[in-house]
Amino acid sequence: MTLTVKNLTISRGGIPVLEGLNFTLAPGKALILRGPNGVGKTTLLRTVAGLQPPVEGDVICGPETIAYAAHSDGLKGTLSVSENLHFWADIFGTKGIQNALDGFDLNSLVDRPAGALSAGQKRRLGLARLLVTGRPVWILDEPTVSLDVASVAMFADAVRAHLSEGGSALIATHIDLGLDAEVLDVGPFRAKPRSGTGGFDGLDESFL
Amino acid sequence: MIALLIRDMKLAMRAGGGFGLGLSFFLIVTVLVPFGVGPESTLLAKIAPGILWLGALLACLLSLDRIFALDWEDGSLDLLATSPLPMEGVVTVKATAHWLTTGLPLCLASPLFGLLLSLPAEGYQWLVASLVLGTPALSVIGTFGAALTVGLKRGGLLMSLLVLPLYVPTLIFGAEVARRGAEGLATTTPLLMLAGITAGTIALLPFASALVLRVNLR
Repeated sequence: MTLTVKNLTISRGGIPVLEGLNFTLAPGKALILRGPNGVGKTTLLRTVAGLQPPVEGDVICGPETIAYAAHSDGLKGTLSVSENLHFWADIFGTKGIQNALDGFDLNSLVDRPAGALSAGQKRRLGLARLLVTGRPVWILDEPTVSLDVASVAMFADAVRAHLSEGGSALIATHIDLGLDAEVLDVGPFRAKPRSGTGGFDGLDESFL
Repeated sequence: MIALLIRDMKLAMRAGGGFGLGLSFFLIVTVLVPFGVGPESTLLAKIAPGILWLGALLACLLSLDRIFALDWEDGSLDLLATSPLPMEGVVTVKATAHWLTTGLPLCLASPLFGLLLSLPAEGYQWLVASLVLGTPALSVIGTFGAALTVGLKRGGLLMSLLVLPLYVPTLIFGAEVARRGAEGLATTTPLLMLAGITAGTIALLPFASALVLRVNLR
């Protein structure tokens, strides 16, 4: 499933942050997004994931192909590791969580409440959720935050396995994952301040 | 959708889930009212339907801000929005879970609380009937309010102000059914009005809730 982004302009809080973005993500490929803090990487990923509409341009992608992983993991502290994963497996209509448990070394933690996990273990559980979604396009926002070196390698292996099965991944990260992937620096696409309307462009947006 | 309902029920039942919050609030109101207005049973019997309905309504209101706030904070709302579930389905399940954890226990416990307020014997069936018919509307309207204010810090005040006016018709007709029932009068008209309000809100509001939730997630 190919993801195509054409001439995309995105806004945060009604103010355009990035413009003129074009890229294509073919099956089996990964694309790493880089750029300084606050440049709009998260906003870009949320737009591609369909959580917010683009200002201009198109995101072309098949229906129900995207699995999105944000800064927060979406875990419930009072549910156990396996309950959390089973829940997402049921939501996405996939069977079995064993693959995900193996992929992120969570077998010894299955019955532990997610609230009692360390930050890195929580992140691993959050990433294991990607494996139970069964979706081909992964959109990942800073996936390696609070992971140790071994877990980063584990994550890189999971991404490689996903790519080899014909999936694709769009990853915003600051570290080198050791993946054979294209890198897109979004810095040069920073939106120029819009003239004429003096920044009132976003007025409708903020009132919605 | 069933998975989401089961998860929400599990979360509500476990520690810190807030199950029983509404019920204990309802209990407090009905226990304290006789102390406030005096133990005269004729007076209590007269005001019992109104007090019971008001207590049930405020108990519902108390737990509304939890409907989306927790899922918003831990990021699961974003993930649900990108999941195969339609947003309308998510809000319907959330409203159902809220009713099952708040409205249904109130309906079941209301005869006991009616006893505390010396509700006349004829009134019990009508009290329960009116709550069964009316509390789903409270949950659905409340879900709409929660969707409107999700993501606001301390949005509870704003949500109460938004939701309370929308609760007024349900309260009027619900309490009217219970009052007429307790006095042995015909209850058909207010009962039909109450059922109509509930059916209307269930049919329309999930779409509005889903729309405002999508806007709020941007």
